[in-house]
Amino acid sequence: MNTQPEQQEVIKEASMLKQKDMIAQNYENLTNAKELGRKVSSTYVPGNLNELVMCFDMLNNLPEINAIQNGMRKKSGAMIMDAEKMGHSEDVCTYVKADIGNMAKGSIAPNGKPMPVPDLLLLNYTGCFTFLKWFELLRDEYGCRTQMLHVPYEGDGHSTKNMRDYVVKQLKEDVIPTFEEVSGVKFDIDRLREYLKQSAKAEDDFVWVLESAKNKPSPIDAYFGGVFYIGPIFTAFRGTEDAVEYYKLLRGEIEERIAQGLGPVTPEGEMGEEKYRLVVEGPPNWTSFRDFWKMFYDEGAVVVSSTYTKVGGVYDYDGFRHDPDHPLESLADYCLGCYTNRNLPNRVDMVEKAMNDYQADGFLVNSIKSCNSFAAGELMMMREVENRTGKPAAFIETDLVDPRYFSPANVKNRLESYFQMIDQKRRGGGGPAKAA
Amino acid sequence: MKKASDIVEYCQELFDDLEFTAARKWKDAEPGRHVIGYMPVYVPREIIHAAGMLPLGVLGGGENLEVIHGDAYYQSYICRIPRSTIELAITKRLDFVDGMLFPSVCDVIRNLSGMWKLMYPNLYARYFDVPQNFDSGTGGTYYTQELRELVEGLEGISGRKITDDDLRRSIAIYNENRKLVQSVYDFRAKTPWKAPSWEVYLLMRAGMVLPVEEHSQLIEEYLAAVENEDRPMKDNCRVILQGSFCEQPPLNLIKSIELSGCYIVDDDYMLVTRWLLKDVPTDGDPLTNLSEAFIKYSGETASKYEPDGSRKGKYLIDAVRNRVAEGVIFAAPSFCDPALLDRPMLAKALNNANIPNISFKYAENSGQMQPIREQAGTFADTIKLWSDA
Repeated sequence: MNTQPEQQEVIKEASMLKQKDMIAQNYENLTNAKELGRKVSSTYVPGNLNELVMCFDMLNNLPEINAIQNGMRKKSGAMIMDAEKMGHSEDVCTYVKADIGNMAKGSIAPNGKPMPVPDLLLLNYTGCFTFLKWFELLRDEYGCRTQMLHVPYEGDGHSTKNMRDYVVKQLKEDVIPTFEEVSGVKFDIDRLREYLKQSAKAEDDFVWVLESAKNKPSPIDAYFGGVFYIGPIFTAFRGTEDAVEYYKLLRGEIEERIAQGLGPVTPEGEMGEEKYRLVVEGPPNWTSFRDFWKMFYDEGAVVVSSTYTKVGGVYDYDGFRHDPDHPLESLADYCLGCYTNRNLPNRVDMVEKAMNDYQADGFLVNSIKSCNSFAAGELMMMREVENRTGKPAAFIETDLVDPRYFSPANVKNRLESYFQMIDQKRRGGGGPAKAA
Repeated sequence: MKKASDIVEYCQELFDDLEFTAARKWKDAEPGRHVIGYMPVYVPREIIHAAGMLPLGVLGGGENLEVIHGDAYYQSYICRIPRSTIELAITKRLDFVDGMLFPSVCDVIRNLSGMWKLMYPNLYARYFDVPQNFDSGTGGTYYTQELRELVEGLEGISGRKITDDDLRRSIAIYNENRKLVQSVYDFRAKTPWKAPSWEVYLLMRAGMVLPVEEHSQLIEEYLAAVENEDRPMKDNCRVILQGSFCEQPPLNLIKSIELSGCYIVDDDYMLVTRWLLKDVPTDGDPLTNLSEAFIKYSGETASKYEPDGSRKGKYLIDAVRNRVAEGVIFAAPSFCDPALLDRPMLAKALNNANIPNISFKYAENSGQMQPIREQAGTFADTIKLWSDA
């Protein structure tokens, strides 16, 4: 999500360098937590309560991000196989297995230093069943304290007062007292309000960045580029001054690109002519991230909106912002509204709206083998979006961090066929759109 | 008195009937009747019953349903139960069902609830969430309100109010049914040669499609019949089956395990029949009672969080002790996130307690039983030859 691939030299803008420094500093803090006298909490990206974690002077470690880091560094394959040798099924989430395989190798962070054993596993159970088991598995290994925060699923497409009250009550009566106990720091709600103010500022600019893709050409790629843009706000930086500065910087860069009529920056420099505008559903593949991206920009395909950039919080669709005047309620609303915690009809509505708002030419699903939270129902989503918008849709299959499930030739072949289909559709031929 | 073979034959007919004829007949017998489908693992059937409706367990299409349309809805790496359930719906085998409940078991069943809403926008379809916080004031309060919303949803279908007395009556009837189900499980554990697991399985499956009162009567008849049957005891190994709480195995898989030299003395099939471990009180507020029952004394399975790490797998070890089992067979459906993610932790707990265990995977339409028979047979032989017991 927020690392730079290590192949040929990547062209970096100031915002990229800033984010790189932020991430490096966070890993330095995490790997030196003991020396710094800091406690560490592990938690997940969807429903990540970074502002709350900071209220207790604790560091926030996100295991999905560590798995992604290892995926992009081509290390996750061996880790996954190690976990499978230890008895973990080949059928389950590869983030989990990469994490467990990494633990067996000493939990080495990207800076080459060992990660500390977390003082607390904050099990924010939001939008993904696997989370429940993942931290049970980590607890089994680490023997550390685990605090559940159950965020009910929005089965009817919206949250209810009952759901919100339930989450707030857990925050008040379970999560906050546990943090106080583990950290030794008394909870100060005004401190939380200050962090939430910062969050909302960053969120405004973040939404502006996402919506900049409505321009033609789009100045950003909202999937491959998007995974970098979501980095600070989805991880250990939401609520910080650094995040506010990052998004201000990024916004300035994009404003400049719009003024110059430029498209997105790719790892190989400026993208050429924008030929295809796509909306993409599902997480990217991380083990071949740059090869995967290249398959798009080589063909002039730019992703103007992606559902993955909503997995750690939905800020653009219905205008949610963290609200310092209702701190705990706002945290509850944030958790409840994360993309995979919304029901399938709601997800279809979001994609349909993005297709229209961003004037997309097509809808592409990157179905992830080991992520049922996203994947189950995606074929139906594809058909629904196709029927509602009349735009062609396509389906490719990869995995998160298991290199065995990324078949470049198959993916490239399918994408090329898809782009031809869009061309054909534009020429008015070929009858009604049918999925590739 | 009915013979066991006649009862089992009847249950087999119900099991084989993918048209759900018994439930259709029940619905057609009186105007205004409604049927509510539910998927594994648990829904409070008492509430559906109190609404005057028939709770219908929808456990996939099994081994005999040819899935033609359902595969177009799911990738190859997703388990089979949602695709065969979709197949049942598309082929109009569920066209008499007035509502569907999709319990909180995993992301696949969760997302199926949304697919149902898209496919049948005018039908009542509810994702049925349960608390993962087991404090009465927190998880209990939340869950009581969820139950209230379920009550209101069902009232919307029938147009009739569900009173507290309706709920209390239904709770009493299900208390009775759970006792009887428990009697069958106890009887089988005590004398497994008299109540083979494939028979017990069919008897419990009958409870998915019959009114609870009929199911309770059937259980009583079965227990009376097998008590008097002269069935020889074999020198089989006593095992517990674990991991089959959602997608069901083919019946042949259960038979194959038994044929390989194992007595199955406990399992996690159809946990809805015995999820609540004590009687639910019939006085006081019935929804609070159902909620408290879930919070305070419900079963354990992979889709439920275990707050205390030191207790992980304890329920399984306790079951081994209580059922005097000699080993555990983990039999989980392919691509089943809950069962397969849970398995390493349970296996570790068993290993620490020196309880032999093996694992394999199946799909509801698995055809080849020879490898399973060989694996289970070898496991049984190993226990018989080398176990300390």
